[in-house]
Amino acid sequence: MADVLAFAEQREGQIGGASREAVSAAARLAGELAGSARVLAIGGVGLSAAAGALGAAGAASIAVAEHESLTEYNPEGYAQVLAHQVRSLDLAAVILPATTLGKDLAPRIAAMLDVPLASDATGIEVEDGQLAVLKPIYSGKAFAHLSIDASPAIITIRPNVFPVEQFGAAGEVTTFTPEIDPSTWRVRVLERKGAEDGALDVAEATTIVSGGRGMKAPENWGLLESLRSALGPGAALGASRAVVDAGWRPHGEQVGQTGKTVAPKLYFAVGISGAIQHLAGMRTSQTIVAVNKDADAPIFGVADYGIVGDLFEILPRLAEEVAALKSAD
Amino acid sequence: MNVTVCVKRVPDTEARIRIDGTGIDPSGVKFIVSPYDEFAIEAGLRTKEAAGEGTVSLLSLGDASTQESLRAGLAMGADSALLLTGEVGIDGLATAKALANELEASDAALILFGVKAADDDQQQVGPMVATLLDRPCVTGVASFEVQGERAVCHREVEGGVEVVEVDLPAVLTITKGAYEPRYASLKGIMAAKRKPLEEKEAASAPSRLRVARLTEPPARGAGQIVGEGPDAVPELVRLLREEANAL
Repeated sequence: MADVLAFAEQREGQIGGASREAVSAAARLAGELAGSARVLAIGGVGLSAAAGALGAAGAASIAVAEHESLTEYNPEGYAQVLAHQVRSLDLAAVILPATTLGKDLAPRIAAMLDVPLASDATGIEVEDGQLAVLKPIYSGKAFAHLSIDASPAIITIRPNVFPVEQFGAAGEVTTFTPEIDPSTWRVRVLERKGAEDGALDVAEATTIVSGGRGMKAPENWGLLESLRSALGPGAALGASRAVVDAGWRPHGEQVGQTGKTVAPKLYFAVGISGAIQHLAGMRTSQTIVAVNKDADAPIFGVADYGIVGDLFEILPRLAEEVAALKSAD
Repeated sequence: MNVTVCVKRVPDTEARIRIDGTGIDPSGVKFIVSPYDEFAIEAGLRTKEAAGEGTVSLLSLGDASTQESLRAGLAMGADSALLLTGEVGIDGLATAKALANELEASDAALILFGVKAADDDQQQVGPMVATLLDRPCVTGVASFEVQGERAVCHREVEGGVEVVEVDLPAVLTITKGAYEPRYASLKGIMAAKRKPLEEKEAASAPSRLRVARLTEPPARGAGQIVGEGPDAVPELVRLLREEANAL
């Protein structure tokens, strides 16, 4: 028997979609290995209430490490608690969401446990009893099929790729207080400055509205924001490298090989010609829409749907039609 | 204040990739210092300049061609470079062990990495080296300032910025932010030819994560141009809802 552990990330006491995806991925893998899916959630006092819901996503058992000093992420504290949990179990794999936190935490765990890490996976399979991981490299210009010769395998999974399934597993919750000593931590968070109105990170958004140089000037971003807001929660703004390099938009929004690699359900590329390094970062999106005045722009080569024309005329109409559709739902 | 910057040689991010077995065909591909590592070199140079003393040394694991990448870093202004010759696979922990073995005796107050390499995108070697050396680590640093025995770092997190304080010596991984890399001047390029670039064999660790095969990304079916101008919008929205089930 080989169990699989999913790490559930909390933010302000809430457990997000990327973590539910990790739990379902763990449940599917555990099913193939004839083991069960376990979850570890780490956070402040009271987290067990939110963690209990992970049974639905496939968790047979849920361990919740609650401590006042773990209310917010601290790499040393979280790594210590997770590594301790992994050591205490007989696991085939540990799955974490490839969020900012997951990408920070996973390599520390891998080094502590002396096992390799496969980052940002888009597929996990069992081949002849061995774990195999599919992972885009060169920002999606090629896919690597990785074999892992160590146990447990540590894997982070790309958000929005693995489905959340309704398993209705037992989800038995055990809450404990981990033994930690925050006075020994050498990394301390002084301050968190949130983005305006809970903006979603582009890597986790289910819909992305990206703008490129065709937007002409940073003050025109209101048009993209109108479309984003019409699309509702789950939508985020993205940007091409050209507009980030020009200082029009923050790097956090950049999609592409030197920015974020994304896989949303729906991706709008507006005024983006489609440089190879941008295409590499968004080509795993489920549905791609391109709006560009140049009918020969490479972006149309990967888009499922395109409109050729003046984005300054098309965008307001698009925001209006989407808003009308959503309000009729 | 001494700073060590770890760099990786990667194919140009604009390059087209041709798969060849479990690797890529390097012919005709330009290789560069991974862009995030360039930010780290710039951050190292500015740290030394602000301190008014110390050295910036470069460290890389790679084959002999990596010398060219290290020369590029020396031309930017780094003082010395060391190339550990050995294989760089996708197992970041094997790479981290080779680097950590060399850095064990390092007196550098800061060891800097790019937040990720532009080829494998594993985003792991920096924090792994830190863990192996038992030094604290902050990842995804957009800017930082050394204040005595600590560094105050601004890091990019989901939907915001985090200000983090870390005790030195520390490992930081640098992302795009305050450190737009400087161009090497002609003088810098000339000087780089005389700067020390040592080479020695890496203490290699076994790779337990391997590329079994590489495949092309799934092809995207040819899409359709819905129409021209704003009049095409209602049809687009209908297709997105009814055909793509995306709205």
